[in-house]
Amino acid sequence: MAKQYETVIGLEVHVELATKTKIFCGCSTAFGGDPNTHTCPVCTGMPGSLPVLNKQVLEYAVAVGLATNCTITQYCKFDRKNYFYPDNPQNYQISQLYLPICRNGKVEIETEKGKKFVGIHEIHMEEDAGKLIHDEWDDVSLVDYNRSGVPLIEIVSEPDMRSAEEVIAYLEKLRMIIQYLGASDCKLQEGSMRADVNLSIREVGAEEFGTRTEMKNLNSFKAIARAIEGETERQIDLLESGEKVVQETRRWDDNKGESYAMRSKEDAQDYRYFPDPDLVPIVIDDAFLDGIRAKQPEFREEKMARYKEEFDIPEYDIEIITGSKHMADIFEATVALGSQPKKVSNWLMVETLRLLKEKNMDPEDIRFSPENLAKLIGLTDAKAINSSVAKEVFEVMFDQDVDPEKYVEEKGLKTVNDEGALRRTVEEVIANNPQSVEDYRNGKEKAIGFLVGQTMKAMKGKADPGMVNQLLKEFL
Amino acid sequence: MSILDMTAVELAAAIKNKEVTVTEATEAVLAQIEASESKYHCYVTVDKEGALKQAAEVQNKIDSGELTGPLAGVPVAIKDNMCTEGLLTTCSSKILYNFVPTFSSEAVLNLQKAGAVILGKTNMDEFAMGSTTETSAFGVTKNPWNPEHVPGGSSGGSAAAVAANECFYALGSDTGGSIRQPASFCGVVGLKPTYGTVSRYGLIAYGSSLDQIGPLCKDVTDCATIMEVIASHDTKDSTSVERNDTDFTSALVDDVKGMRIGIPRDYFGEGLDPEVKDAVLKAAQVLKDKGAIVEEFDLSLVAYAIPTYYTIAAAEASSNLERFDGIKYGYRTEEYEGLHNMYKKSRSEGFGAEVKRRIMLGSFVLSSGYYDAYYLKALRVKALIKKAFDEAFAKYDVILGPVAPTTAPKLGESLSDPIKMYLGDIYTISINLAGLPGLSIPCGVDADGLPIGLQLIGDCFNEKKLIQTAYAYEKERGAFGRKEDK
Amino acid sequence: MANIISDETIDYVGILAKLELSEEEKEQAKKDMGSMLDYIDKLGELDTEGVEPMSHVFPVKNVFREDVVTNGDIREEILKNAPGEKDGMFVVPRTFE
Repeated sequence: MAKQYETVIGLEVHVELATKTKIFCGCSTAFGGDPNTHTCPVCTGMPGSLPVLNKQVLEYAVAVGLATNCTITQYCKFDRKNYFYPDNPQNYQISQLYLPICRNGKVEIETEKGKKFVGIHEIHMEEDAGKLIHDEWDDVSLVDYNRSGVPLIEIVSEPDMRSAEEVIAYLEKLRMIIQYLGASDCKLQEGSMRADVNLSIREVGAEEFGTRTEMKNLNSFKAIARAIEGETERQIDLLESGEKVVQETRRWDDNKGESYAMRSKEDAQDYRYFPDPDLVPIVIDDAFLDGIRAKQPEFREEKMARYKEEFDIPEYDIEIITGSKHMADIFEATVALGSQPKKVSNWLMVETLRLLKEKNMDPEDIRFSPENLAKLIGLTDAKAINSSVAKEVFEVMFDQDVDPEKYVEEKGLKTVNDEGALRRTVEEVIANNPQSVEDYRNGKEKAIGFLVGQTMKAMKGKADPGMVNQLLKEFL
Repeated sequence: MSILDMTAVELAAAIKNKEVTVTEATEAVLAQIEASESKYHCYVTVDKEGALKQAAEVQNKIDSGELTGPLAGVPVAIKDNMCTEGLLTTCSSKILYNFVPTFSSEAVLNLQKAGAVILGKTNMDEFAMGSTTETSAFGVTKNPWNPEHVPGGSSGGSAAAVAANECFYALGSDTGGSIRQPASFCGVVGLKPTYGTVSRYGLIAYGSSLDQIGPLCKDVTDCATIMEVIASHDTKDSTSVERNDTDFTSALVDDVKGMRIGIPRDYFGEGLDPEVKDAVLKAAQVLKDKGAIVEEFDLSLVAYAIPTYYTIAAAEASSNLERFDGIKYGYRTEEYEGLHNMYKKSRSEGFGAEVKRRIMLGSFVLSSGYYDAYYLKALRVKALIKKAFDEAFAKYDVILGPVAPTTAPKLGESLSDPIKMYLGDIYTISINLAGLPGLSIPCGVDADGLPIGLQLIGDCFNEKKLIQTAYAYEKERGAFGRKEDK
Repeated sequence: MANIISDETIDYVGILAKLELSEEEKEQAKKDMGSMLDYIDKLGELDTEGVEPMSHVFPVKNVFREDVVTNGDIREEILKNAPGEKDGMFVVPRTFE
C-alpha cells in the first residue's frame, strides 16, 4: 500500500515598507528613477559611510508585530549578514538575527477546512539589495543600487501550513493586515511582497519533520501554488525511490513549471552574523509601544462588523470592499460626502471591479477620488445624466480621475430635460417605426425596448431612459 | 623663532597678529616636506597646489574676520584613512590605490571650518593594521629621531610628520594604540578621545567599535585646542555621543593638587624596558611632587586584553573590508574568470599580508561553530575589562603608565612574528576595548636618543583630567624636541 | 601548538573571505592562524559564566533619522571611482547562469 504523505510548509515573507526614504540613508525609495540616481555613499557602500536608522521603519515593524500578536523585543539590535554578491554593495546585509524586533506571533486563517492559527516565529528588519541587469551585448552584468537599502521586514512563519490553500490564505491575511496599516502596498508581482517557501514532507502521523528545501522566485499566488505542488511531488518521488531530500535553496521557474538547485561551491551559506557595531541598540519603552498601539487602524474584521451594522449593503459587497484597505477608504470617504452607501458599493462592485479586471490592476491602484465618485453619484441622483452616460464618465474618471461635473459640462453630456424636444423625437421615432409600434400594440411588450433605443440614439444618449419609456407609453 | 618651530596655536596667533601669512606658513612647511620627505616618507600624497590654494582662501577669510578661531590658517596633515573630497585616499593599500572620495570625513570638515590648510595624506599601516607603518603598500615611514627606526603605527606618517616639522599638527586614528604609540615613538603628543567623541563618518573603518580619530601634535595646548575643533555630535554617525563638555582648553591648568593617580602594577611587569620604566616612574614622581596623590594598584586582566582585542578587531575588520571587491572603486585584477574569481584575485592582489592575516582570522572566529567560543567569549571578556576600569576609576582620576614596552624598534624587526608585534600593544589596547580616552606625552629619551612616552588614561568623557595632568607635567618637564638634523 | 589548522579550514575561510592564497601563503596562514588561536585560547582561562557579551561599550541607544528625503541625484559622483561603468551602472562579471 502506498504511503500517505503530508506537506509541511513554513514561509519567509519579505515586505517592502512604504517609507519615503531608505532604511539607513536619506535616499528616496521611489520607483522608476534612472539607474543609481537614488543612491548615496551609504547605500552604495562607499568607504567611510555609516548607517543611521530610519525611525519610520521601526514604527512600521512594531505596528506589524502588534497586529500579528507578536511579542515586541524591547532591547533589539541589528546584525551583519556577511556574503559576497554584487547587488549587496557592502558585501554584508544589515539585518537582524540575534534580537529580531518581533517574536512569537500568530494570525488566524480560514480555508474550506475551517479556521486555524499560523504561528509567526519572528519578524525582523533589514535592507533590500540592488538590482542586477544582464547586458547581452557585452555579456556582463550591470548593477543598479536604487533599491539597495530600501527597508524590508521579513516575516518568518512557523512550519504550520499544510497546503497551498493555507499558504495563500496566510499570505492574503498578512497582506490585508499590512495594507491596513499602510506599512506596504504588498504587491507580489512588483516585488513589494515576496514569499520564499520552506517545504518538507513526512508520512502522515509522523512527529519528526522531514528535510526541507527553500524555494525562491515566486511572483504570484499561482506560482506559489504550482511550486508547492511541484516540490511536494519532487520530494515524494525522491523518497519513494529511496533517495534523500537535500537541504538546499531552489529557484522556481514558473514557465517550465520546475525548480532547480541554486548551488555553487562559492556559496558557503555561512553568514558570520555579528552585531553591527555601526548601529546602536534600540530600546523600546512602553510609551513607544502605547503610541504605536494608539495609531493602529481598524482592521478588516472590525471593519466588516461595523459595515454590517452601519450600512445596508450585501455581505458579499462588504467582503469585497474591505478586501482592499484602499477600496474601503474610498467607500467610507464617498459615503461621508453624502452618497448613499448602496450606490457607492454598486459603483465599486460592478464598474470598478470590471475595469480593474480588464486592465489587470490591483484595487490598491485605484486612482479616482471619493470626491469625484460622490459627484458622479450626485449627477445620476439628480438625473442630470443617465446611467449609460454615467458609465462612460466613470471610465474616464477611472483612468484620469477627472471631475465628472466639469467633464459632463465640457462634453455636453447632460440629459436633455427639454420635454418639448423629447416629445418631438418620440413622435418621429413612432412615425418611422410603424412595424415596432404595431408589434407593441399587438402585445409584444419587448418592442418598446427597440423604440427606447431608437429614441436614445436620436437624442445621442442624452435622455433619461425612464422618461423616454414613459412618453412612448403615453403616445402608444 | 622660525615658523616651523611654532606650535599650531602659536602659529595661528602669529597669523592673527599679521606676523606671518598663511601662505608663508604653508610655503615654509611645504619646503620642509620637500627637504626631508625623501628621508622619512611621512606622506602618501602631498597636495602642494591645493594647500597653496587653500592658504590664500583661508587668509582672505581671516582678513575679512570670517575666521577667528585658534587654529585658523594652520597647515595640517591627515592620516590616509580619512576621506578627503577630491584628494586621493588609499589607506596605504593597493586596493584603494586610485580612490578619490566624493565627500570629506566629518573631522576633516570640522578642521576646514576652523580654517585648516590640508597639506596631504599621511602614510600608515595598511588599513591601520600594524604598529610600525611597515605594512603600508607605499613604502615605510622612518622615525625622524633616527631613520633606522620605525615611527610606530599605525598613524606613523602623522606622528613622523609632526616630529619632522612636515606639518604643524596631524590627525590620526586609534583602534588599539595607533595614535598613542607612534606619538610616543616620535616624541609628540597624541590623544585618543573617548569613543564617540569625534565622528567616525568618513573614517575608513578597521574595527568600528574601537576606532577613534584624534590629534597628534607638538604640545598639550595644541592637543586641547584641536580636540575642541574636531569633537562634535554628528547625526551621520549613530555611535557619536552628544557632549556638552568639549571645552577642552579650559583644562589647560597647571595644577594637579589632589589629583588621584593610579599606577597599575600590571603595567610594569615582565617585558617592560627598564629605561622606559624609569622615565615613566620619574614622570609620576614629578606629578607627585606637584601635589598629586600617586599610588600603585592592581588593574587585573591586562594579559587578556590582547587576545580579546585581536578577536574583536579582526572580526569587525573581516566584515568592514568586504566592501573592497573591485566593483565600486579601487583595484580590480586584470584577468579573471567569472565573478568569484574576480573577487578573489582582486582582493588577494589588493590586500597586503597583515590585512589578509586579520581578515582570515576574523572570518574564522565568526564562522559557523566558532562564533560562541571565540567572538562571544571575547565580548564577555571585554565586559570584564570594562568593569575592571570602572572599579579603578572609582578610586582614581587618572591611570598612569607607559605607552609601549620599548622605544621604537629598528625597521624590519617586527613583522616576522605577529604575536610579538601584537604584544607591543599591551598597554594601549585595553582602553579601546573600554572606550576610554588615553593621552601620550613624551617623558624622556633612552640611551639611543629615542623618545619615551607616558600614557595617561581617563574614565570615559574625562579627557579634561588627562589634559590637565599632562599640561601640569609638561610645564615641569619643559621643552621637548628633536635636535634639528641640519 | 594546540590549534592545528587544516588545509580544508584555510580553503573554507578563503571562500568566506574571498581570498585566494598561494601554497606558500597557505602554509604561512595555517601557522599564523594556529598561533593566533592558541593565544586567543588564553581567554578560556577566564570564567565568564553569566557575563553579558558587550558589543557596545556605552549605553547609547535609539539613534534615528526622520523619514525625510535628504539626498538628490549624485550618480556621477557615485560612479566616479568604478573600475567598470556602463549606462549609469557598475559593470560586473556576469551573474546570470
